[in-house]
Amino acid sequence: MIRFTATSKRYPGGYEALSNVNFYIPAGQMAFLTGHSGAGKSTLLKLIALLERPSRGQVFINNQNLARISRRRIPYFRRNIGIIFQDHQLLFDRTVFDNVALPLIIAGQPRGEVDRRVRAALDKVGLLGKEKAYPITLSGGEQQRVGIARAVVNKPPLLLADEPTGNLDPTLSTEIMRIFEDFSQVGVTVLVASHDLALISSLPYRRLTLEQGRLSTDSDPAE
Amino acid sequence: MRRTRHAQHKPRSRPRPARSESRRVGLAGRLKTHLLRHAQVFFYTLGQLSRRPTSLLMTAAVIGIALALPTGLHVVLKNAQQLSGGWDEASQISLFLQRGTADSQARRLVSQLEEHPRIRRVHYLSPEEALAEFQRLSGFGDALDTLEENPLPAVVVVQPRLQRNDPATTEALLDELREDPRVDLARLDVQWVKRLYAIMDILRQGVYVLASLLALAVLLVVGNTIRLAIQNRRDEIVIIKLIGGTDAFIRRPFLYTGFWYGLFGGIIAWLLVSISLWILNGPVQKLAALYQNSFTLTGLNTQTTVGLLISGILLGLVGSWIAVGRHLRDIEPG
Ligand SMILES: Nc1ncnc2c1ncn2[C@@H]1O[C@H](COP(=O)(O)OP(=O)(O)O)[C@@H](O)[C@H]1O
Ligand SMILES: [Mg+2]
Repeated sequence: MIRFTATSKRYPGGYEALSNVNFYIPAGQMAFLTGHSGAGKSTLLKLIALLERPSRGQVFINNQNLARISRRRIPYFRRNIGIIFQDHQLLFDRTVFDNVALPLIIAGQPRGEVDRRVRAALDKVGLLGKEKAYPITLSGGEQQRVGIARAVVNKPPLLLADEPTGNLDPTLSTEIMRIFEDFSQVGVTVLVASHDLALISSLPYRRLTLEQGRLSTDSDPAE
Repeated sequence: MRRTRHAQHKPRSRPRPARSESRRVGLAGRLKTHLLRHAQVFFYTLGQLSRRPTSLLMTAAVIGIALALPTGLHVVLKNAQQLSGGWDEASQISLFLQRGTADSQARRLVSQLEEHPRIRRVHYLSPEEALAEFQRLSGFGDALDTLEENPLPAVVVVQPRLQRNDPATTEALLDELREDPRVDLARLDVQWVKRLYAIMDILRQGVYVLASLLALAVLLVVGNTIRLAIQNRRDEIVIIKLIGGTDAFIRRPFLYTGFWYGLFGGIIAWLLVSISLWILNGPVQKLAALYQNSFTLTGLNTQTTVGLLISGILLGLVGSWIAVGRHLRDIEPG
């Protein structure tokens, strides 16, 4: 599903955030991306979501070389990726329902379908009944779950999460991780960037570690 | 991904008719959804704007004033043209006959002229009548009485049959009449009409220049307003781009916002021009009455009104299109 081949990313200004990164994550796998702050985790996720382009090497998603995707095609490509951020990136002037419905409306889904899928997504993250609430009235953990519901409402085959538990206490963090595990169970590929080593170590998933832009270890407890 | 996966799983030997039918239904359904979304955004943007009526009103007023100026001038010109049509008819040729022309000779000339195809009306003033009229109009009544001899010649006043808006034919007629041996002096009082036409021509060009400049101003006003709106919604744009919103999707609400600004601007311009005309109509009628003329200002006709509203809407759309095109690319997630 995700393949990096000799991928490097140098930001304008000369800083090399990723150097010669190689790895492959098969479809349906759940994996963690760890490393200190500044190690290049966010940069790696941005390359996958075409928020940045690599300076060298290639990124393949579902066997598609991202270098071949023109600027015009990027929106359609991104509809197949659910992206979750630490700072939830919710629209605070819209209800929970409208926030979660946004990807479906962008994709031009009919109204009935939108209703059905939004409810299903909110149900999955345990927020059914909060549709009419505004994000500002929700707790941090609930807001994060709204973000997750929005990321998965379109049923994307790939889920990316950048520090999804950054501001949450351990209990809430575990809850969030459990939601990701649920998606992984149904065949969604999940890549979670986090520097929360305590949390990651407690879970039996593959772990890619970045150190100053280099992939230092790639450990899979299943093997 | 999902797309390609579906494609891979699609059975290739599926019967054609069923496929095309389901596709047609899908297309109609998608079109319906699409139109519905457009309508939603259309009214959503109106709702957003109406939440801040003052700022909507101020922007629309600026656009309205900018549109009202050339429109008002256009209407004034139209009225002037109508008026000058009346003045046209008033233009006349005065033939001062040779002194000593006998009354009978003069009358023969008059009946000749009355047959002339390019002459509408002829009015004859014998020297006596001319003197009487001069006395009446000049107020030199008593002074003239002391003259031993009438110094005035007989005058034939000729009203040309006018080709609309063409002083040239009248001048040709003048030249022809001047050739007549009985005529001492022929004078056409047409110079001021020509000048009026020249001035109106300049004003008409002026309307175009003014309209172009003010259209540019409207574009800038709308562009700037939309630019601010884009900046205010920067976060939203980033999020929408992040979850796969196309440029067209992001552009849509701003375009509709521009549409509404333009429409309201057009309506305000219409109101401004109509109210101004209404205010002016009283004094104009009074003035016309002084000239024994009944003249009512012609207001905005349907064509001008529709043109005004469409101009406003187009300028709103184009202004926001330019602003969105310029600023949307700058906003990228990451
Ligand atoms: N847009 C950017 N321009 C320049 N340097 C950047 C940019 N984004 C990130 N960096 C740098 O790249 C390095 C890796 O950043 P990042 O990928 O955010 O790391 P992480 O998410 O692991 O903390 C950091 O040193 C950061 O300063
Ligand atoms: Mg980061």
